[in-house]
Amino acid sequence: MIDRHDRVFLARGLTKRYPMGEIEVHALRGVDLELFTGEFVVLLGPSGSGKSTLLNILGGLDSPSSGAIQYGGRDLSVYDDAELTRYRREHVGFVFQFYNLIPSLTARENVALVTEIARDPLAPEQALTLVGLADRLDHFPAQLSGGEQQRVAIARAVAKRPEVLLCDEPTGALDVQTGVRVLGVIERINRELGTTTVVITHNAAIAAMADRVIHLSDGLIARIDHNARRQAPDEIVW
Amino acid sequence: MKALDRKLWREIWQLKGQAAAIMLVIVCGVATHVMFGATLDALGQTRARYYREYRFADVFATLKRAPESLRERIAAIPGVAEVETRVVAEVHLDVAGFAEPITGRLVSIPDNREPRLNRLYLRQGRLTAVDRDDEVIVSEAFAQAHRLAPGAKLRVVINGRRQTLTIVGTALSPEYIYQLRPGSMFPDYQRYGVFWMGRRALGVAYGMEGAFNNVVVGLSDARAPAVIDELDRLLTPYGGLGAHDREDQPSHHFMSEEFRNIALSATLFPVLFLGVAVFLLNVVVSRLIGMQREQIGTLKAFGYRSGEIALHYLKLVLVIVLAGVIIGIFIGAGLGRRLAELYTTFFRFPFLDYRPALPLVLGATLLNLGGAVAGTVFALRAAFTLRPAEAMRPEPPARYRATVVERFGLQQLLSQPNRMILRHIERRPLKSLLSVLGIALACGITMAGRFQEATVTHMVEVHYKLSQREDLAVTFTEPTSWGAIGSLQNLPGVERVEVYRAAPVRLRFQHRTWRTMLKGVPPGGDLQRLLDADLRPLAPPSDGVLLTDYLGELLGVRAGDRLIVEVLEGDRPVREVPVAGLVKEYLGVAGYMDLAGLNRLLREGPAISGAYLAVDNRDRPELYRRLGDTPRIAGTAIREQEIRSFHRTMEQTMLFFTFIATVFAVIIAFGVIYNSARIALTERGRELASLRVLGFTRAEISYILLGELGLLTLIAIPLGFVVGRGICTLFVNGARSELYRIPLIIHPSTYAFAATVVLASALLSGWLVRRKLDRLDLIAVLKTRD
Repeated sequence: MIDRHDRVFLARGLTKRYPMGEIEVHALRGVDLELFTGEFVVLLGPSGSGKSTLLNILGGLDSPSSGAIQYGGRDLSVYDDAELTRYRREHVGFVFQFYNLIPSLTARENVALVTEIARDPLAPEQALTLVGLADRLDHFPAQLSGGEQQRVAIARAVAKRPEVLLCDEPTGALDVQTGVRVLGVIERINRELGTTTVVITHNAAIAAMADRVIHLSDGLIARIDHNARRQAPDEIVW
Repeated sequence: MKALDRKLWREIWQLKGQAAAIMLVIVCGVATHVMFGATLDALGQTRARYYREYRFADVFATLKRAPESLRERIAAIPGVAEVETRVVAEVHLDVAGFAEPITGRLVSIPDNREPRLNRLYLRQGRLTAVDRDDEVIVSEAFAQAHRLAPGAKLRVVINGRRQTLTIVGTALSPEYIYQLRPGSMFPDYQRYGVFWMGRRALGVAYGMEGAFNNVVVGLSDARAPAVIDELDRLLTPYGGLGAHDREDQPSHHFMSEEFRNIALSATLFPVLFLGVAVFLLNVVVSRLIGMQREQIGTLKAFGYRSGEIALHYLKLVLVIVLAGVIIGIFIGAGLGRRLAELYTTFFRFPFLDYRPALPLVLGATLLNLGGAVAGTVFALRAAFTLRPAEAMRPEPPARYRATVVERFGLQQLLSQPNRMILRHIERRPLKSLLSVLGIALACGITMAGRFQEATVTHMVEVHYKLSQREDLAVTFTEPTSWGAIGSLQNLPGVERVEVYRAAPVRLRFQHRTWRTMLKGVPPGGDLQRLLDADLRPLAPPSDGVLLTDYLGELLGVRAGDRLIVEVLEGDRPVREVPVAGLVKEYLGVAGYMDLAGLNRLLREGPAISGAYLAVDNRDRPELYRRLGDTPRIAGTAIREQEIRSFHRTMEQTMLFFTFIATVFAVIIAFGVIYNSARIALTERGRELASLRVLGFTRAEISYILLGELGLLTLIAIPLGFVVGRGICTLFVNGARSELYRIPLIIHPSTYAFAATVVLASALLSGWLVRRKLDRLDLIAVLKTRD
């Protein structure tokens, strides 16, 4: 169960604007949020609602235009580039919608890319075994299916044993069966390693897996739902 | 190996075509750098060692005749370490089976010891024996030109007396590394040679027993000017012609000028190549970083530092550059040996110290690595500053707009594909401009490697057809009365005789001085003409002096300025003479006056130093024989042979340079065009595949992609002509010396050749890219995300 005192993130009044081509995008308009250790949170909302921007700020990929974001009591919004880099290096694992594997590196090497700069990582083989790819170690991304590529990406994200696992539409590019399998891997990691996990989706069905579901709309939190019971991924229907 | 380094190697392999093209450009730059540098070092070091080991003299003087006792007084001049007095005679000689006149210089060597200065390097045979007066050593170049070996005989006319000499050895001397007939520009080993005889034997033959007419001095320290002044003071009463140091020694001087030209090429060309390589690296790395935005974002998301990522891409640059540098060093070292050996056909060294030195190799390496790093910093900065969240977002659509042509309302004239081509060029004006510049540079380098051929032809035309129009030139052993004209006119086949007087002088204007010859020519001459800037004949002024245009520049004088003329022979008068104007000359420098005016200036009666002859070809053999028997004639030069040796000398070096410059230019043109095409293909593959899906043919999409390159190439060619002219100008200006000035004349065929080289390279690159276009995988391209 969630211990309210183990707060991982605390966000207050987050806003974010950025230019996109010739127009300016107002991605976040004042978000207040708390996330707790070991929690499985789903960020739900239509595209353009600010989910990715919020996730990027949580992960130290981006800084808010205004407002404060604390991680473990430290204020990320004042971190400079080098400090944010260290924060990501030591604490955060990312999974992206399009996997973002390095095409010129094998599965094992993609994971090694991260374990080489981590303090106490899993062995790449161990991480890939965790996601069920022990037999695909030396395959290049182009030789793997979408689901397999995403599982390599998950292995790469968790191999450094991060405190936080941030997933941006991890099943967005996958078919249902494969998506369920990938979600299963994420859920298992959350459960077994106790990694605080945030998953972005615009698929409401996935929300049933979460402890909490945060609904975003037009750069603001519309509402937060608490699930009494987390559904197992294979129970999900969409 | 680290995972990131594995990525590096695999990506280099993927980019192999482009990487190889860039590497080749680096190879060219490093190879020229090392080739010229190593040649320069080798020639310089070889000359220095040769001078040191064979005791090349520091000060040289020619005089009429002085008693041997003067030697002691010369040796007593402070700063003089060694003195060698010598007898030097200009002679005529016959070699069996060779009909044309041969002239030579006979130099005495001590009878019972090695010369203290200007020692001989014996290649074959032995030194002359003390008790023999018919032995001679010949210069190796002459021996080779006539296939003479020890034991062969030479018939020589010394001081009007015919004598048969036996060759006992062949030798080289530091004094005659570049072996030229006085007054000549290019070596002709068949018609001019240097010979050495024992001092006693030559003294007897030349009427110089107990006397000398030439002295060379070795210095204990570097105080040449003081020693020269003192030596001049001692020698003036004996008809001294003015002592000089190594700088005015013909062989040394010519070599130094050539070294200067090599040094110029050693700086000019590597810098041009490096410029192209840096541009290509910049383009390729920028594009690679652009294409790997997401990968960079991912690496940053996982905590890689910006510095680590920039270093990753820097390593890619360094691998390509370093590979090019290493290959370039080896090729350059090999080419350098060829070039140095080519030079030894003109510069006759006994040995060649060819060893590309570490500083040279390190210099080339650091220059290229440094240049490449400095040149790609801008591109690397993009990887460094890219913010991860931004990197994860797709690149915003490229901003296009209507082009200038369209804004003028001419869009009806353009089909959609043509609009795409123009908009694409206009969207990245800087990149398009740099591509154009790169191709233009290739065009220019081709021109630089080739333009000299036409230029040299022009120099020959002007010098030998407009200015020096004689068939034969004869020089007298000493100034002779005008009466000699009559005896020359009476020789068989002589149709016209024009005489001249030449005297060594030092010209002084303000603080500048120059040692040269002052030549007196009669008015109305047809065989020797002075030309103005527009190449029209100019009459010698009765009052005042005309100077070679380049000499005028050296002295900083203009028409009307008053020049101090110090005569370096006879009574050595010093006069002030007005400059009447400048004459156009490409070869050598001199001052010119009216013949009678010069005789007056020299305070002498009517005297002449030589004559130019127009002759009837049928009588040549008889004429040559008679000239050879005339004791007063020291040398005979055949204009036709002069032209031939000029061409021969130029051809040998030029062929080498044209070949290398053309190969290198092809590499540059190919490197620039191929890289641009490959990058365009990666940038626009998706767009082109979409067009294919919409029903465009392969030819149509090829047109869109390659049409842009074709257009850039067409723009680049005229610009390349301008760039080529610029490089040629740099080269021509850098190579100007008092030995020769290459005029900037670029023949239409040079332009045509350069354009052809560029177009052929463009077609080759286009064909290679077209092959890739034909294999474009429509489905795969459309699936990949931008």
